[in-house]
Formats: sequence, structure tokens, C-alpha cells
Amino acid sequence: MSEWLTAQETARQIAQGELTAVRALDTYLTRIGNLDRQLAAFLAVDSTGARAAAVEVDRKRKAGEPLGPLAGVPIALKDVLVTKDLETTAASKILEGWKPPYDGTAVGKLRAAGAVIVGKVNCDEFAMGSSTENSAYKKTRNPWDISRVPGGSSGGSSAAVAAGLCSASLGTDTGGSIRQPAAFCGVVGIKPTYGRVSRWGVIAFASSLDQVGPLTRTVGDAALILETICGFDPKDSTSLDQPVPKLTDALTGEVKGLRVGIPAEYFSGAIDDEVRSAVQRAAAALQERGAELIDISLPHTELALPAYYVVAPAEASSNLARYDGIRFGKAAKGARDLLDLYQRSRGEGFGPEVKRRIMLGTYALRSGYYDAYYKKAQQIRALIKRDFDKAWQHVDAILTPTTPTAAFRFGAKSSPVDMYLADIFTLACNLAGLPGISVPCGLTTDGLPIGAQLMGKPLDEATLLRAAHVIEKAVGLGDKRPKAVA
Amino acid sequence: MSPDGPDTEPTAAASEWEPVIGLEVHVQLATKSKLFSPSAVEFGAPPNSLTDPLVLGMPGTLPVFNKAVLELALKLGVATESKIRAKSRFARKHYFYPDLPKGYQISQYDEPLCEDGHIDLILAGALRRVKLQRIHLEEDAGKNMHVGAISHVDLNRAGVPLVEVVTAPELHSAEEAAEFMRALHRLVRWLDISEADMEKGQMRCDANVSIRRVGEDRLGTRTELKNINSFRFVQNAVEHEIARQIRILESGGRIEQETRLWDATAGTSATMRTKEEANDYRYFPDPDLPPLVVDGPLMGSILRSLPELPAARFSRYVREHGLSADDARTIISDRQLAEYFESTVKLHPGDRSGRTIANWMLTELLGALNADGKEIAESPMPPATLSELIRMVEDGTISGKIGKEVFEESYKTGEAPRAVVERRGVQQISDEAALWEIVDRVVGANSKQAEAYAAGKDGLFGFFVGQVMKETQGRANPVITSDLLHKRLGR
Repeated sequence: MSEWLTAQETARQIAQGELTAVRALDTYLTRIGNLDRQLAAFLAVDSTGARAAAVEVDRKRKAGEPLGPLAGVPIALKDVLVTKDLETTAASKILEGWKPPYDGTAVGKLRAAGAVIVGKVNCDEFAMGSSTENSAYKKTRNPWDISRVPGGSSGGSSAAVAAGLCSASLGTDTGGSIRQPAAFCGVVGIKPTYGRVSRWGVIAFASSLDQVGPLTRTVGDAALILETICGFDPKDSTSLDQPVPKLTDALTGEVKGLRVGIPAEYFSGAIDDEVRSAVQRAAAALQERGAELIDISLPHTELALPAYYVVAPAEASSNLARYDGIRFGKAAKGARDLLDLYQRSRGEGFGPEVKRRIMLGTYALRSGYYDAYYKKAQQIRALIKRDFDKAWQHVDAILTPTTPTAAFRFGAKSSPVDMYLADIFTLACNLAGLPGISVPCGLTTDGLPIGAQLMGKPLDEATLLRAAHVIEKAVGLGDKRPKAVA
Repeated sequence: MSPDGPDTEPTAAASEWEPVIGLEVHVQLATKSKLFSPSAVEFGAPPNSLTDPLVLGMPGTLPVFNKAVLELALKLGVATESKIRAKSRFARKHYFYPDLPKGYQISQYDEPLCEDGHIDLILAGALRRVKLQRIHLEEDAGKNMHVGAISHVDLNRAGVPLVEVVTAPELHSAEEAAEFMRALHRLVRWLDISEADMEKGQMRCDANVSIRRVGEDRLGTRTELKNINSFRFVQNAVEHEIARQIRILESGGRIEQETRLWDATAGTSATMRTKEEANDYRYFPDPDLPPLVVDGPLMGSILRSLPELPAARFSRYVREHGLSADDARTIISDRQLAEYFESTVKLHPGDRSGRTIANWMLTELLGALNADGKEIAESPMPPATLSELIRMVEDGTISGKIGKEVFEESYKTGEAPRAVVERRGVQQISDEAALWEIVDRVVGANSKQAEAYAAGKDGLFGFFVGQVMKETQGRANPVITSDLLHKRLGR
């Protein structure tokens, strides 16, 4: 089989008996064996578990038992997703060796649908970063140019899919961590509405922002996987008790009459010309097919970054308090007393960016500072949400670049703030809890992928997928494959 | 930790000082499972057997509110006439300790479930209202156990649902503080929301104590006493702390704001944390949990199910049934006891037998139950039986003295009092003609004593009563007997 087969087509061929699940898995395991030494997308390849799952799919098919919609599709998981008996580290030393006793809900849903979990992929430590350089274990390379980052924090997820090391992957998105790496690696990435996918079994970074979503080579694959993992979960109190539409049916190729907002704030300032033009071509493509482009304003856009960098670190400082080396993960050796144990375990276990954010968040939540920081940031969130609510009176979706530039080189963002600016277009979606998708819309002259972002109304992933599907057909990457793996 | 030296008696100057005490009482709510996870709540299970990934604080786990808790907490909120927030919030309270697996405790902070309630204490025979600042929900922590140099953590208790009841600083003595604990204990058991077994740690108290000169408005510097786990300890710890503060101030010293740990065995407290060492808990609303919503129908059903409360019963028993404050207080100390009283009183409509019933219950019945180590709920004698017995005494069928014997027999064998009386033939003799015969005979047989009595030896009257009782095996109606004896003896 071709490693570039879509997840949808892989599932179809396996269901039809044209391809075995074991064969599909072997294709990717071979690719991983050949390419991942260089790309470093995987933290752990579970060939034993994956093979058992693939064999079971093939057995079921032979026995004529019903197969799930993802039966035999090899999928990689970002290492913040908790997997039963399979080491889960969040790319942090502090969780080294942790084998969870349970599966997260999204992972469980994938397994129930017949997906074959190939392994765990790299990311920024605890999903904090925009380049995957903050992983405690390895630097994942961008398959389009191995001197560049794959984006982050779901950089292993985007690189693995772009390089054909798996059919699809799951990532998590707290401020753009699915969409930004998807854009950098020329794949599709969707962050659903907050509450669509259960967070049970997702290692928390910022609880009010985190969402799980797929990274795939096509919009169709994104729809298929998203509809599989969405849905109310009584184990997550922030999960939405809303029906999940059949998202694969949304891809009609039709955008006639769709009102697409073009927010001025996302096309001005420090944005690369090639990125701007590519997104404008995507807009024009929608217009040619009958969509209406409407200039809009989201006036509080520039406050998204400061608000995000209060809310996310504050919640992170709290969520990461449980890592003390006592019940799971790695405890420091030779501690003199309890305080020393805490300080050493956390001092040795966390990397610099995680420590930076814990410090930021701890500061923001100090007694007497809550109003000035966390509460103020929540007020800004409300303003940003209101910007969007106003926009929805006139438009059905909003089109922007996913990132200001294409993938940057390793070490290029030397200061934390420079790195934070890489997410400037993706943060508002999380702060407002809205769905957002990044879809490839061309290459730079250097041959690097460019992503267009569509943001939608709450629960309206269907419209995003429909519009992204049209962009994909019109200005997507087609058969163009990354240099490093061609 | 530094021990604070030997205890000294509060000096005469103590009367110039007014203690100001506020209590924070944690009460465990009687649910089957934990506040945010399905793990069971039990006492005495093997260490760490009542845990799950959430209780262990494992990555990726999320809290889900146990709805059974809300009803229990609301009962207390409504019973204390608190303002109930339609939307309250859970907040995270952060500190590092091995018994706190997540590194934060889920509690409520600036938007608690209940505010501005009150609890009525019974002090010196009257009700005294104590304001409550708030009642909020929170999860319990686990338990650390130190064995030599090794520390063990048992997380069975971690995540158990608690309410924290916080009083206004308006208790003014150790007795009042202890009495508050008794009133709260009584109330939560009355409402059936907690067993509040202090030996099992199901009710625990921290006390904030300060003193000021009588007549002064400003509060003095307070200390917080932790780990007070019985009514007696509350009294002892607060008393000790008041004396300690008086001693310091009177010798020209200053009270340090600090947290002190009460050591019940040693009867002293010692510094646990100074003000500088106090934690900054970094409270913020828990983003994993939506607001806790109390809607109209739920409030309606809570209000409808609310029983008459112990303080109201106390007043009613004193007012309507003429009970002494002490008896009323004893009867309302336990809901089962009060219900027993209610049931018995209902069998005596229209008359004023409440006092009599209370006497029989508190002396005979409780005496027998205590001797057997039984609770009122296990009483072998139901209200109807006690009522039958009391009625026989009241209508003169048997004497009070015989009544006690019949009680004992009926209590032991379960035989109906009337049947006991009939079988034993111990009905009181109230028939005047029959009694006259006996009186006449007794006086005739003791003519010397009769003459002495007639001559003014009053003390001999009792002798004659005794003789009549002896003749009748105690069955003679004492009032009639007395009348007839006077008549027969001529004065």
C-alpha cells in the first residue's frame, strides 16, 4: 500500500478486504524504521500492541464481525494522551516511566472504532511551546525542511502525519498546538469547540483551554476522526451534552452563500507576505465558488496574547502541582526531607519553559494579585468572546492565516516572547472556546507549507470542515510531498 | 515546635478579659462515594483501598461532582437559615503535602454555597443564637502516618465530602465553644446528613481565639488552634489558649498571629506555623468544574423535607409540655429520643402528661437502656407500651412504686404492662370500704401507737402508713390510705 493513502481510504480497503490491517501497519512501521531516526517524531512505538490490534481487526473481518469506522487505521497519539499500560510522559522527565492504569476517553473511542495505536509522538513538554523544542527527550524535525521545527506543541503529531509515518494522529490544542504545527507541516488540524471532546485522560496544561483534535493529511480524514472522538462524557464535567453530527457528510464541496469574515486585525502587522497572499488566494477560491467575503473587525485581538499568558500559566501552575515524584513518575534520589524531595523532584523533572510558566502562573495567582491578573484576563476573555459573538451576526466562518510565518529554523526564537508570538493568530479561538481548523493553502517559494485558519461558531465544526474541504481542493498541496521523505 | 510551658490557672484578672472565639468545623457528609469520584467512603478499610486514578491525583483525571452531596449540604444550609447561592463555585486551594495528591484541595472560596446562617445553642436553659459566616463544600485530604523515619500516606479519606461550617467570632468562652460543637453535632445528626462520629474524625474543629479587655471593640491578635477532635478537647484547648494569652498579655508580652497544634494528651499547644510561614493558597475557580447550581425545585423539596429542628423542639417542650430546660435539652439531644417522646406524647392527647412522660423516659427507660448499652432506637419497649404503663399509674390502677416494678418486668420480658399487673395482681386498692377495713384493723392492732399519736407524736403517722402498705403488699392507694388513717386516728 502507499503510505499516502488517506485514513478514509485505508479503512475502506480494509473493510472491503482489499488490504489487511497488518499490512497497513507494517507499511508504517517500516517507514518509521527508515525515517524516524532522522525525524524523531515518535517517543515510543508500540509495535507489539499495534500488531495485536491489527491482527484482531483482520480476524474480525475474516469472521464477518462488524468493524468500526477506523478499523485497521494506524494512528499516533500525542504523548499527553493517557494510554493504558503504554508509557505516557507528556515529553517530560518528571513522568518518565509512568505507565497509566487507564485509557483516556478519546483514546478509548479510537480503539473502539478499530483504530490501531502505533505509538506515542513527541511534543513540547506538557504541551508548552510552539516548536516541540521544549520536549525533554528529542527534537522533532519538519519533514519539509529538517533544519526547521515542525511547530508545536503537537509537533510529533504533525511531522508523523506529514511524513507518512501513520495514517493520522491526535494532538491537543491549548493556544494553537494543533493548528500551528499542522500549518508548519502542511497537514490538516482541527481544534473542536471547547467541550466537544472529553478531556478525561488528557494530561492537563490549561484546563479551560485544552481540547483534543486530529491531525490528518485530508479534511475528509479530519472529519472522520473528529466525529469518532467527539461526544458527551460524564467523566468530564466541562464536556458538552450535545449531539454530534456526521461530520463526513458535511463535505459537500459547496460553499455557495457561505459568509466568510476577513478580520483586518489578522492581516496587518508582522505577517509574512507570502503567507498573506496564500491565505488571500484561499479566500478568493471560496469566493469563486459562491462564498461571500465580508470585512470584519475583532477589535480585542491584540489582547489575546497577554490574556492567554496569564490564564494558561495560572491554570498550568495549578495543574502541575501534582507532580511531586511521590505517586507516579520520577522522584529525585537522595532527598534529605520532604521539602528537599519536592524541590529536587520538580527541579530535576521539569524543563525550563515549564518552570517559567509555573512561575508566571504562581505569580499571577498570588494572594492580592488575583484581581489584577487572572480576573482581568478572564474579563478580556469575555471581551474577545463578545467580538466573536458580534461577528457571528454577519458571518458563518472567519478566515485568517494560521501563523504569521511558515516554519522557522531550530533556535530561531531565542526569547520566550518571540516564541509566544508564533501563536498570535490561534489563541483567540481557545480563549473564546470556538472551533478552529488549519488547512494547507500553498507553499512558500522555499517550499514550506502555509496554513489557512478557519474559525467557526460554537459547535459548528461542520461548516469549518466544509469550507476547509473547498480550500483543500482549490489551493491545497495536492500530491506535493515533503522533501525529506519523498 | 516549641512547647509553651506549664499550665497556670487563669488569675483573678481573667474577668477583665473577654475571649473572642470563632470556630471552623469540618463535618463529613454521609455519602456512599467521594465528593468527586466513584470511590467508596468507609471507615477502617485497608490503607489505600478506597482509591482510583482521580483520588491518586493521576494525570488526565477530572473531578465529577457527586450530586448526592448537594442535598445533604443544602439541608444544613436551610436548617441554619443561611442564604443559599443559586450558583456557587468550587475553587482550588493550593499547598504541597503528601496527603494532598493533586497539590490542591477542591474547596469553595469567594462564592460558597451558604452564607449568613445561624445556629441556636442552649446555654443556661435558654436559646442563644450564634451567627455563621459561611458553610461551604470541600474534599478531605488523606492521612499521613509516620513510622520512625518512614512516612506512609493513606488516601482512603482523600476526596471524602466535607462541609466546613465557619462561625462569626462571637463565642465568648470555652463552654460556649464546646456548646456550639454540641449544637452542630446534634443538628447534623438530627438532619441525618452526617454520623459526625468524632472518634472517626467525621467532625473536627479548628478554633480561632483572641482576647480583649472587657468593653473594648477591637479584636485582639488571634491564634488558630488546630486538631481539636472532641467536645472535651474543644473546651480544654480553648480554655488553655485563653489562659495562655492572658498570661502573655499580663506579663507585658504580645500575642503572635500563628497556628498552634493542640496536643490533647499533653494538654498543651505548640506553634505549628507562624504568620510568616503561612501558605499563600493561590485560590482560583476550578476550571474543571462548572458552577454548582441550586434550582427552585431542589430548594422546594429540601424545604418540604426539613423536620422541626432541635432548638425549636426545645422551646416547644418547655413551653407546651412544661418540661424543665434540662429535660428538654436531654430529649432533643438525639432525634430518636425526641421522636420517642413525640410518639408517646401523642398517645396522651389533651392532657399535660409531657412532664410525666419525660420523667419515665429519662429515668426508667434511659436508665435501663444505658445499663444494656442500647440506643433508644433499640428500645425493647415501644412508646405505646410505655404509654400504657404511664396511664395505669396516672389513673390510679397501680401506684408509682409498683409502676417501676412493672416497667422493669415489661422491659425485660416484653409483656404488656396491663398483663403484668393483672397476672401479678398488683392493682392499687382504691376502694374506700376495703381500705377502711384494713386501716381499722391496723389501728386496732396497734392501740399503743394510736394513743401516742393522739397525744401528739406526729412521727408515728408514717408507721401506720407502712403497716397498711405491708398488709396490702404496697397496693394501697397512698392518698386514700392517708385520708382514712387521719379519719380513724382522730386527727
